[in-house]
Amino acid sequence: MSVTETPADQGTAAAPIDRAPHAETGPAAGHATSTGLSNEKLAMWVFLGSECLLFGGLISTFLLLRSREIEGQRGPDVSELYDIPFTSVSSFVLLMSSLTMVLALAAIQRGDQQRLRAWLVTTALLGSTFVAGQVYEFTAFVREGLGFTTNLQSSAFFVLTGFHGVHVTIGIIMLMSLFVMSLRGSLTRQRSETVEIAGLYWHFVDVVWIIIFTVVYLIR
Amino acid sequence: MALTESRPLELTTGVDATEDQPLGAFTRPRGVTGWRSWLTTVDHKKIGIMYGATAMTFFAIGGLEALLIRTQLMQPNGQVLSEEAYNQAFTMHGTTMVFLVIMPMLAAFANYLIPIMIGARDVAFPRLNALSYWIFLMGAIVLYASFFLGGAPDGGWFGYVPNTSITFSPGRNIDFWIFGLQITGIASTVGAINLIVTCLNLRAPGMTLMRMPIFVWMSMIAQFLLLFAMPIITVALFLLMFDRQFGANFFNPQAGGDPVLWQHLFWLFGHPEVYILILPAMGIVSEILPVFSRKPLFGYPVMVFSGIAIGFMGWGVWAHHMFAVGLGPVAVSAFSISTMFIAVPTGVKIFNWIGTMWGGSLRLNTPALFAIGFIAMFTIGGLSGVTHSLSPHDRQQTDTYYVVAHFHYVLFGGSMFGLMGGFYYWWPKVFGYLLSDKLGKWNFWLWFVGFNLAFGPMHLLGLQGMPRRIYTYDESLGLTALNTLSTVGAFIIAIATALFLVNVVVSRRHRPATMAADPWDGRSLEWSIPSPTPHYNFLEVPVVHSVDDFWHRKYTEDEHGRLVKIPPMQAEAIAEARADEDHAADHGHGIHLPSQSFYPFVTSLGLPVIAFGMIYQAYVVAVIGAFILIGGLYAWTLEPSFEPPPPPDPLDDEHAQGDMALVGASNPAIAATETPALPAAGRSSAATDGQGA
Repeated sequence: MSVTETPADQGTAAAPIDRAPHAETGPAAGHATSTGLSNEKLAMWVFLGSECLLFGGLISTFLLLRSREIEGQRGPDVSELYDIPFTSVSSFVLLMSSLTMVLALAAIQRGDQQRLRAWLVTTALLGSTFVAGQVYEFTAFVREGLGFTTNLQSSAFFVLTGFHGVHVTIGIIMLMSLFVMSLRGSLTRQRSETVEIAGLYWHFVDVVWIIIFTVVYLIR
Repeated sequence: MALTESRPLELTTGVDATEDQPLGAFTRPRGVTGWRSWLTTVDHKKIGIMYGATAMTFFAIGGLEALLIRTQLMQPNGQVLSEEAYNQAFTMHGTTMVFLVIMPMLAAFANYLIPIMIGARDVAFPRLNALSYWIFLMGAIVLYASFFLGGAPDGGWFGYVPNTSITFSPGRNIDFWIFGLQITGIASTVGAINLIVTCLNLRAPGMTLMRMPIFVWMSMIAQFLLLFAMPIITVALFLLMFDRQFGANFFNPQAGGDPVLWQHLFWLFGHPEVYILILPAMGIVSEILPVFSRKPLFGYPVMVFSGIAIGFMGWGVWAHHMFAVGLGPVAVSAFSISTMFIAVPTGVKIFNWIGTMWGGSLRLNTPALFAIGFIAMFTIGGLSGVTHSLSPHDRQQTDTYYVVAHFHYVLFGGSMFGLMGGFYYWWPKVFGYLLSDKLGKWNFWLWFVGFNLAFGPMHLLGLQGMPRRIYTYDESLGLTALNTLSTVGAFIIAIATALFLVNVVVSRRHRPATMAADPWDGRSLEWSIPSPTPHYNFLEVPVVHSVDDFWHRKYTEDEHGRLVKIPPMQAEAIAEARADEDHAADHGHGIHLPSQSFYPFVTSLGLPVIAFGMIYQAYVVAVIGAFILIGGLYAWTLEPSFEPPPPPDPLDDEHAQGDMALVGASNPAIAATETPALPAAGRSSAATDGQGA
């Protein structure tokens, strides 16, 4: 349907010209936003602000319940089961995925679809490795006799790290959606901001993991 | 300069608008009338009206629950409700009034007014806006479905554990509460993101933050509070869900869990929530008073900063809800002091409102009466609030009717009075007819008297030691007279509310053929556009030069500093210059409004399915719900947000065609290249449209 495609074509062609230069020429500029940030990017920042409080609540809960001395606690302390070398490696994998995410963004900003796809898939694979590591860790804990409801610490631990794992999984789905969009040719250089916004989410999830890894695993 | 005009507005994962046809199961809805247009609308005005209508419906339901409670308590040893039914009535009354009445009513005002106050044609994400509404409605349905499925929630509106734990509440009542609130929480978060981005990004040229109308400021602060408060109750509700459904022990003291953790999480959400409910109402009052005093708002910047101060300090006072729990002297002292401090910016606001009216030429129309009523009632509620900060005093009051009196003075005497004033004030802009002032004054005075009769005596009842949430009391306690008085007051409120609905119907029957754009001699941009608001809002986006820009287009000062109307000749010249400026700023872009969509509704349908699956532990159902949700989201992102309308059907109603002509109106030459898919008819009519020049 050529009729529907025409205005949309113009929309994409006009977007970068419209947005970037006008943002600096003051409020009278055409389709610039008041802040100069695009709506989508600002929305992602605002959303991530909200997410901080979600993880803040979960981390506080974990810290509170971990510090309790409970007489006749069932099962082991969760801290007795940590495999720090293993989790360090999977944390490293997740951090490296932030690097590949940056490379993916750089690729699309150059208009390099091949590399974009390569780095998107790499990022998704590194993220999946992390999630797989988490699944392995969970099953190992359960095998050691520490299930979700065994004791308070285990509940808090599984909820906190589980929520983070779900966030990583959603990130992987976002990355794979971008990959498919790129294959279908709809992720053009002009729309590189879509990758940037997905990247913001991805980096946020990584930063949260740094905090969780430090607070939950390293500081006891 | 609204960004909504021509750029696609997909989610972050959105596929480019150059994509082929949407993979939709639906053809693109286009109708502007009929039920389908409401189901698929992405227009912030229609969504605002839907929020308002839904909230009014729940106000009636919540009010009915209140009347049941009051009827039960009218006489000693009341027989109207059983203990169980009484528990459900007060729990649902509180939950309904907070989550399903005041919050959506504020969302209604914010949705409708923010774009037309900041000079935008819609919110930043119109389809997300529709999604917020539908999700909110689904949450409300899940909550109220409990009445038909074995009993409504009965744990109080703050659901204290261990009372709400599986041990003491083995039924599904509390599960409905958890999932209902969880779902409305998603709606609030999505709405908050949308409105914050709208306030920050879609302001008209020249409208700096310190030129925003005060209502927009207060709403934006409230949306920030929502944004940060909602995830905290999300965590609390998730933990309670894990306790109840999966056998965790977060709040179970027998296994070392911590019931006080629930209280902290709940009130860390719950206290900012109080300011979420009151700040926009303060904004409404701050809009009404200057108009009816014919003076600018006294100390606009101070009003803004005291609003921000309340927003910040609102995060540091939550534990004053928990003074009786045993937090220890240090915590109690700290929270006592912070609670006293938060009265300061609130007091600043009260004096600013008085300063606004001082020396003004007051017109006591219904909106002004409600605004003044707000100040008086809110001051009483605020002062009884300060008494809670004195912790020894608070220990006497905790869980008595004194507390009930306090928060009704704040939420009813405050929020509801402000909202009602807002209804009377903006009704002509929304529906194109004024509400009768005569009936309005009856409405106000009945409300005012009924309200004080209903809640004033509760202060005394509380001080005499009547605990809240008891379903009956004995005659020998001497509480009968005040309780009867309170019940009479409650019924007067009900009559006054019915009078409002009568006013709506009667005034509608006598509505004029056309409505003036500016019936109150207003100050902000929404009064510069026709009533009711055309669906594109602004023909040309205005350029703003000062606070109360629209007022300065009408009035100036003579050499003695007195207010004078700009002489007609000069006014015309100014209007023309302003129109040229607006036109230049608009760059002659055509008006592109986002197209309607089924997907926000379809997506929202997934959530109640997930909720029922979880409540009944039929996880297959929950998975189906998740697939509906995800499928809806993907279909949504594959659908472009703007699709040019098909060639006009000669059988279309005139309204639609008239609007279509406007698409090219602002500048025929540019519009012609910008909107090539527009029908030729639209462009040619634009050329003859005088407003385009």
